[in-house]
Amino acid sequence: MIIADAVISLIVLVGAFFLFVGSLGLAKLPDLMRRLHGPTKATTLGIGSMLIGSMLYFWAVEGNPSIHEPLITLFLVLTAPVTAQMIAKAHILRGGRAQEGLPGTGRPVGWATLDAVEADERSEVTRTPPNPRA
Amino acid sequence: MIDIACIVATAAIAVASLLTFYRLVRGPDVLDRILALDTLVINTIGLIVVIGLWFRTTMYFEAALLFAMVGFVTTVALCKYLLRGNVIE
Repeated sequence: MIIADAVISLIVLVGAFFLFVGSLGLAKLPDLMRRLHGPTKATTLGIGSMLIGSMLYFWAVEGNPSIHEPLITLFLVLTAPVTAQMIAKAHILRGGRAQEGLPGTGRPVGWATLDAVEADERSEVTRTPPNPRA
Repeated sequence: MIDIACIVATAAIAVASLLTFYRLVRGPDVLDRILALDTLVINTIGLIVVIGLWFRTTMYFEAALLFAMVGFVTTVALCKYLLRGNVIE
């Protein structure tokens, strides 16, 4: 039992460490695109590790496995990339210095986000004018 | 042993939340603040899980799950609002 306790404590501490590293990166890194790395990668890893520790505890020590921890882990792992993509996309599309700092893609097409906006605006021109009564 | 680990983890999450609050107050852009709020939600989930482990109860996991869902929806809605000026169009 003491081995299970030690393993669970270690996993929980590793999770807390990664949560701390993610928040430290958020506070310390210089611009938004770099700040995105901390919360979306390190913090997700930390919370996953912490939930694994909790799952191990209720399964190995208390003897009643619960389904909630895998659900939370699955949900966070699914949503973290979506969140990161939304924030990065909003950052690029809101203009300013973010678009100037983008590196080239090395191909004839540009960045998908910006090209999509241009295509959208082009189709806006060719589309029939909106109904004024709508 | 688990109790000590929970105390240390709670302290680490408290410091992490303070760092996130720093970015929330300081953040030069709105998106920095949105990112800080998202991180704060994830820190809260970690805190809830640690407290559940500390008090030996599974009662708090529903709260953690709800926090995860509400945090995600909030972040996406805020980004969508910034991009389009509207949440549901």
